[in-house]
Amino acid sequence: MGWDLIALLVVPFAVSGACLVVPRRVAQGLTVGSGAVTFALALLLVPRAAAASALSGWLRADALSTVFLTAVAFLYAATAVFAVGYLRPPGERERSRRYTRRFHSGINLFAWSMAMATLVNDLALLWVAIEVTTVVSALLVAIDGTDGSAEAAWKYVLIASMGLGIALLATIVMYHAGTQVLGNGYEPFFGRLLGAAARFPPAVVRLSYVLAVLGFGTKMGLFPVHTWLPDAHSQAPTPVSALLSGSLLAVSFYAILRYYQITVRAVGPAFARNVLLAFGLASLALAALYLTRQRDIKRLLAYSSVEHMGILAVGMSFSAPVAVVGVLLHVLAHTAAKGTAFFGAGSVVRSLGTKDMRRIRGAIGVLPWSGPMLTLAVLGLCALPPSGLFRSEFLIVAGGLSDPRDAVVAVLAVLVTLASLGLSWFGTQTMLTPTPESVAVGETSGWIVASMVVGLLALTVLGVHPPSALSGLLDRAAAELGVPR
Amino acid sequence: MSAVAAVTPPVPSTFSGTAEGIAILVLLTAFAMLRAPQSRSQVRLYAFQSLAVAALAGYVAASRHVGDLYALAGLSLVLKAVVVPGVLMRVLGEARVDVSRSQRLSVASAVLLAIVLSVFGVFVVGSLPISSRSLPAPALGLAAAVILVAFLLVIVRSDVVSQAVGFFSMENGVSVAGLVVASGLPLIVEVAFLFDLLVAVVVFGVLMRVHHGRARTLSTEALDRLRG
Repeated sequence: MGWDLIALLVVPFAVSGACLVVPRRVAQGLTVGSGAVTFALALLLVPRAAAASALSGWLRADALSTVFLTAVAFLYAATAVFAVGYLRPPGERERSRRYTRRFHSGINLFAWSMAMATLVNDLALLWVAIEVTTVVSALLVAIDGTDGSAEAAWKYVLIASMGLGIALLATIVMYHAGTQVLGNGYEPFFGRLLGAAARFPPAVVRLSYVLAVLGFGTKMGLFPVHTWLPDAHSQAPTPVSALLSGSLLAVSFYAILRYYQITVRAVGPAFARNVLLAFGLASLALAALYLTRQRDIKRLLAYSSVEHMGILAVGMSFSAPVAVVGVLLHVLAHTAAKGTAFFGAGSVVRSLGTKDMRRIRGAIGVLPWSGPMLTLAVLGLCALPPSGLFRSEFLIVAGGLSDPRDAVVAVLAVLVTLASLGLSWFGTQTMLTPTPESVAVGETSGWIVASMVVGLLALTVLGVHPPSALSGLLDRAAAELGVPR
Repeated sequence: MSAVAAVTPPVPSTFSGTAEGIAILVLLTAFAMLRAPQSRSQVRLYAFQSLAVAALAGYVAASRHVGDLYALAGLSLVLKAVVVPGVLMRVLGEARVDVSRSQRLSVASAVLLAIVLSVFGVFVVGSLPISSRSLPAPALGLAAAVILVAFLLVIVRSDVVSQAVGFFSMENGVSVAGLVVASGLPLIVEVAFLFDLLVAVVVFGVLMRVHHGRARTLSTEALDRLRG
């Protein structure tokens, strides 16, 4: 027991170091291999974590962390495949060796830090891991060296670090709450905190929880601290955008859920839910409005992430367990859908040379494979069946309808519909229009197509029939998040 | 009421007086950063602030006999009072510009705002039911005030050095808060925090250099292209 948890952290870290010295092709192969190994290990963990928590000292894989680990590992593998095609532009000058070295090392280190955040068994180390994700991803956002990427990286690192400063305060205050029960100088392991949380002083826990939602919410992209998100997502290289949007936001949500777990035990669920409801509805409203007026295709997808993070927060505010299962499924489905959409957007931008959606026309005719698949991914993000997001939003709404505050469901439905309208309008405008004749038709890389096929496949499986092991995992994770009896 | 009035307030001990004095010094340094016109003086003020925080940690360690805190005080002294200011000074040296007049507000209004924020921080946090074994509780309110003033610094100054110094100063405020409420935090965790800070400094330095390389200035006025 435990070797696989250690391998999950050692493999990406070692590959990240190796990428600094080996030639480009080897680095690409190593990255794809590391992604595949990580994903395989995460899948092996799924049935085990659905039965019992795997513990190994500083590492912990219970059902909740395994859900998020699976999301991170899946997108890591898919992005590794996409990156091969992304770095091999036909007819373009090859990127410098320095760039590819840094790029591969950074991608692996980024994935490593996110996997670590889901696996550490300690409230304080969770903060440390999330801070590491910030610094690694900020460098990756800046890697292209354009004016836009320098600006986006500065805003990102400053805003996210300030947010994480607040989250550090939350960590310290929660630790203080624990000293009242567990004595001075204890290790803040989750199991220990959860066991003793019922006797924590409620006012201190409330303070810590609000600080945590605000602090980690900065990285998750909750209104009003989301402002770095569209800039960073639109200016980063596409593989980095996919990782930022598909897994980094989810990992930050995971950190909030850990505080949620403690808070529910210490002060009851109503307070924890109300805080998330307020932030979630505000994020959803903002995203729904901004989605209808975007010009940049990657900004559009970034605001769609704000929307989906809002849905997650609102979903957690419903008391029915089925809504919590929906939220966790939503995390997985959003990772698959958003990753695929960013891969497709990257392919479109590569072929047509612009991110401006007013100038992208008839992409479906230009890109015979990735065009239709991008359209499907965007429709999937609008939660049309058979996308996994349809199933998850259905569960969330079903849970919300059984909640005493079912008026929230109406607001949720209106805002999600408005957001979908904006997303699908621009999606179809750029895709399903006549193709200009001056553009060369054809895919730029088979690797890009392969990564999108994988993403769509996962999205469909989640929507049509999630494997029973996964359903068991989600049920158990929802039970871990629920109110203890 | 008469019963309350009859009780004379307890005389503060030398320990709590000294500790609160150092905490107030940390807050005053944050105020000084707000008005410092030049980036270099800001970095020096930051070094001084870190020195005060390290001294506070050392003082708590000595008077409360917490061995771990000595290590923490030493580490933060080296990192925050020497390494971080060193990195920032190097960036400033390479840039060969010393930003002045990056204030978006006049010094007077900024300081007035900072006073309002500090009062808010001290009284709101002071009303929380948080007691501490290692430090007098008012120090927590002072820490909150430092954090809020650091936020103000990031908002009202429009150059990358001030904004970075604001972030590090906020981190000093969090450190003081940590000393008050969580002085028993295991050493390994504290070391991880400091290590993270070190990495953050390097990244801030790299990004400042990138920004200066592209924009030929340390001002953030040019960083306004991405919106909507």
